[in-house]
Amino acid sequence: MKNNLKKSTMKNLLISLLLLPLIALANEGAIGVTAPIDATDYASLQRGAKAFVNNCLNCHSANYMRYNRLKDIGLTEAQIKDNLLFAGEKVGDTMSVAMSPKDAKKWFGVAPPDLSVEVRARGADWVYAYLRGFYRDSTTATGWNNTVYDKVAMPHVLYELQGEQVMNHETHKLELAKPGKLSPSEYNDYVADLTNFMAYMAEPGKQQRQHLGWYALLFLGVLLVLVKKIKNAYWKDIK
Amino acid sequence: MADKQNVETTGIIGWIDTRFPLTSNIKNHLTEYYAPKNFNFWYFFGSLALMILVMQIVTGIFLTMHYKASAAEAFASVEYIMRDVFGGNIIRYMHSTGASLFFVVIYLHMFRGVIYGSYRNPRELIWLFGVAIFLCLMGEAFFGYLLPWGQMSYWGAQVIVNLFSAIPFIGPDLSEWLRGDYLVSDATLNRFFAFHVIALPLVLLGLVMSHLIALHEVGSNNPDGIEIKAKKDKATGIPLDGIPFHPYYTVKDLVGVVVFLIVFVTIICFAPEMGGYFLEANNFVPADSLKTPAHIAPVWYFTPYYSILRAVPPVMNSQFPGVAAMGLSVMVFALLPWLDKGKVKSIRYRGGLYKKWLAAFVISFLVLGYLGTVPSNVWGQFAVNMPVIGGADRATVVARVFTVIYFAFFILMPWFTSADKTKPVPERLTG
Repeated sequence: MKNNLKKSTMKNLLISLLLLPLIALANEGAIGVTAPIDATDYASLQRGAKAFVNNCLNCHSANYMRYNRLKDIGLTEAQIKDNLLFAGEKVGDTMSVAMSPKDAKKWFGVAPPDLSVEVRARGADWVYAYLRGFYRDSTTATGWNNTVYDKVAMPHVLYELQGEQVMNHETHKLELAKPGKLSPSEYNDYVADLTNFMAYMAEPGKQQRQHLGWYALLFLGVLLVLVKKIKNAYWKDIK
Repeated sequence: MADKQNVETTGIIGWIDTRFPLTSNIKNHLTEYYAPKNFNFWYFFGSLALMILVMQIVTGIFLTMHYKASAAEAFASVEYIMRDVFGGNIIRYMHSTGASLFFVVIYLHMFRGVIYGSYRNPRELIWLFGVAIFLCLMGEAFFGYLLPWGQMSYWGAQVIVNLFSAIPFIGPDLSEWLRGDYLVSDATLNRFFAFHVIALPLVLLGLVMSHLIALHEVGSNNPDGIEIKAKKDKATGIPLDGIPFHPYYTVKDLVGVVVFLIVFVTIICFAPEMGGYFLEANNFVPADSLKTPAHIAPVWYFTPYYSILRAVPPVMNSQFPGVAAMGLSVMVFALLPWLDKGKVKSIRYRGGLYKKWLAAFVISFLVLGYLGTVPSNVWGQFAVNMPVIGGADRATVVARVFTVIYFAFFILMPWFTSADKTKPVPERLTG
């Protein structure tokens, strides 16, 4: 009895050790904002895809993402061709840009990074905060600065939509100095859709693997019962 | 020609047995290999390690079919596997998760050996093969980690190869020779690929074979740490407390395999990055030799030794003492069979002194492991006006204390194992 008790505490200890990284993960919210994204909301992903192609894909590539993969998020090949392909790309092509890295470096000081896996590198919360965090700053080369990426080389591409924010240096909060085409809540939704799409694009196979996971666990659960029965049947005569 | 009269089998098996020791091998290693009947939870990890090895080889073969070992193409080819290869994401996650779980399983397997004294006479050689496997596995993991060619791959390799340059006299030339270039580059990637997919796996397989042959020569230890061969059935010569490995332990290990697979599938399908511990976020940024990441940390399974490296202060401007301490902290495991002077093998019959030292070692291993994953200023600094440690990083001082405990466990082992008040050992297994 006492031995059993010891054994189970040992097992619990091991399990909690294995789960430790998950706890560490839960504490890692330094950005201070959670991106309101939902990988199952196809309408949001489709709006995000359009926003990405219209705004980001002029300078940033997504060289590992194929246009026809967007069938994942409920688009037909015809819809992809009609709405997202502008410069004679084929539907099986990846989302590349015509600008050469060399030119880009000359124009921006730094080549805009490929965004295929940006969300996996920085996290969705960071991207969401970044796209909402631009403010006017006369001391930088572009006239813009960002709350999560100090002195970023990228200008505020979406400023027509968001308007112009300024930093209140007393409260350390952003204030909208000049409204844009969208209201603040509409702009938040727009950026959330874009972030949602970028999170999807960073790992298009994510939903499929999670789906697969439940079936695999169900199978293994049944298998566990069976192998346990076999083991007990063989071991019943061992004292 | 084998002696015909020694072959009892007939038909196809008989034909094979006269030419190849098939049946006798199955008997010697499975159906008539007598293992102690009281193996507990801790004894699942040997067979699990073998299964993971096979899994890593199989998934590795499929990854090699699509991976491009070139600085220009490596990162893209990994994303190609993740997106365009059928089942590629699952295969890749199996391989990356398998690497981390390999270390989880090996650490638990080694810990089993420590608590039950499995390294003691007559099993010293099994242990030495095991330590060699562990070293080989660390090399395998290190070389493999460069292949995705992300920022963490690149700078991790840069840091580790640079360690060799701390060796006096030959250091700088040695690290250049290892890299094949003045910095980690395409040449380094290609040779690491060769080491990872062929050189070390071959060595690893040979060592695993030797590990098992040595084990089956002397027989398995058990949680009581006594020899089952000492008490044999007089008529059959079979150990009274022994049971055939097959079918008893094959069906039991199958339960362990399924439980392991449940954990494995859960990680692969729902948390393949494991919060950045299995796949680091920075490794989704392509390698850039001009941009050093703010915080470079090795993968979790190397962090205890990395902590020791950072904890040892440089002597006369040389980092060599730290590098030597790190190397020693891994190699020292090989000495355990000769450092342990205990009258008993198993922790079940050891006294409090041994248990306290073992606990201290486990705690220091875990604390050093944690500290290796974070920057050394994580807990801030001590006040400047404090004596001796004033102004020093708190985490560094803590790491130094635990580094001392880590090595004290080994250095003082001959003393605390022989001075320990042990309990009497039973004649037969107790379950």
